[in-house]
Amino acid sequence: MSATHPISLSVNGEEISRLVEPRETLADFLRRDLQLTGTHTGCEMGVCGACLVLLDGRPVHACLTFAVQASGAVVETVEGLTESAEIADLQRAFHERNALQCGFCTPGMLVSAHGLLTRPGVPSREAIRDALSGNYCRCTGYEAIVDAIEAVARRRAAGESAVRFLEEPA
Amino acid sequence: MVTNLDWKRTIGACRLLKARAFTYVRPATVAEAIEAFAAAGGEASYIAGGQSLVPALALRLQAPECLIDIAHIEALRGIERQGDRLRLGALTRHVDAHDDPLIAQYAPLLRLAAPHVAHPAIRNRGTLGGSVALADPASEFPAMMLAMDAEMEIAGPEGTRRVPADAFFQDVYQTAIEPGELLVAIHVPVAGPHHRCAFDELARRRGDYALVGCGVMLAMPGDVIDDARIAFLSVGPTPVRARAAETALSGTRLDEAAIRNAQIALSEDLDPSDEAHMPATMRLHLARVLLGRVLGHLGATA
Repeated sequence: MSATHPISLSVNGEEISRLVEPRETLADFLRRDLQLTGTHTGCEMGVCGACLVLLDGRPVHACLTFAVQASGAVVETVEGLTESAEIADLQRAFHERNALQCGFCTPGMLVSAHGLLTRPGVPSREAIRDALSGNYCRCTGYEAIVDAIEAVARRRAAGESAVRFLEEPA
Repeated sequence: MVTNLDWKRTIGACRLLKARAFTYVRPATVAEAIEAFAAAGGEASYIAGGQSLVPALALRLQAPECLIDIAHIEALRGIERQGDRLRLGALTRHVDAHDDPLIAQYAPLLRLAAPHVAHPAIRNRGTLGGSVALADPASEFPAMMLAMDAEMEIAGPEGTRRVPADAFFQDVYQTAIEPGELLVAIHVPVAGPHHRCAFDELARRRGDYALVGCGVMLAMPGDVIDDARIAFLSVGPTPVRARAAETALSGTRLDEAAIRNAQIALSEDLDPSDEAHMPATMRLHLARVLLGRVLGHLGATA
């Protein structure tokens, strides 16, 4: 065991200060230290995309970042995005279109989709597929996921906000 | 050839591990970083984006005693034009290579190569300096340094020096950077209106490591090619400049005959080795096909 290191960071809008071992990944920190288990650990080597979180506003692999590196940063997990309702329309579209089966990849898919949809313009299906190229799904065959993201991109372009979907029953 | 892809293939064979314990320091200046390396007795690694280093630590292919986080050193940041050069701070991220307007204008080859580098989330965190310093022969950016005639600015205990790309890449993961030295910035000659450039690669799936990749930079003030620089990735232990193909193109109008001659000349430039999944003859064939496509694209848009 190496000496622990003090870190301070913002997680889902809350200022957090903890002591961590330098070798603890951000993914393990979120899951073990903060019980934010929506961030999934799959391959733990930056291949599967299940652990994606927003780090200073951009989707990154929480398994490829040590928690100490994130000290001073702003982290948002799927729990934070859910609470703020920023992705309520995406979540609903995933549900409606059967864009998940086992659900293991879903948090990472949502973070990738959120990253894509915060960029300007309406992405093509090809651009959506490209944005998901680092997210593995072993259930759906991706088609339904692309459908869901495409539908939300169009609705948002037509002026619908994510929050509108929050109160409606799924 | 050991590449990142090979590490990732070990996923089925190897028990997944966490990184061995290490100490962590976050210097504020280049001088502090270099001091920290010396203080660790050389058993240290610099970390910036960590997108190649962290998997290597998780698989215990590397186990430094100290990680020196250089991501907060201001002198390693920034993209700015300095006379006839574009200075790219080593911390420039892959996503910046894709999005930054100065890069699009003055180093367009980086812009063209960026979408081929890994996946979006990796590009959000991986740095240009990290990619170039790692010198994975299957990576896009190191080869583009050769095609762009970039210079690497390297800081060490004795001060700062500059190394041209042609002398920088020495072997698999081996560069002119000595242990303890730090890549500070990359200086790229500014591309002008008379430059034409193109990039393409062949991969089994999008985002996979390229079977072969190629970037081309042509100085073409009129109809005739004044100067050509061609670089390949995934064809040997380092990125490779195709000098015979460059010579075959110089002074031509980039017509079919010139492109064919450049393709033929590649057998002098490239000497790939036989690998389990691909014989050398196939890789050379793919390199020729790719060069034909890239040059054909440039010819059609000239």
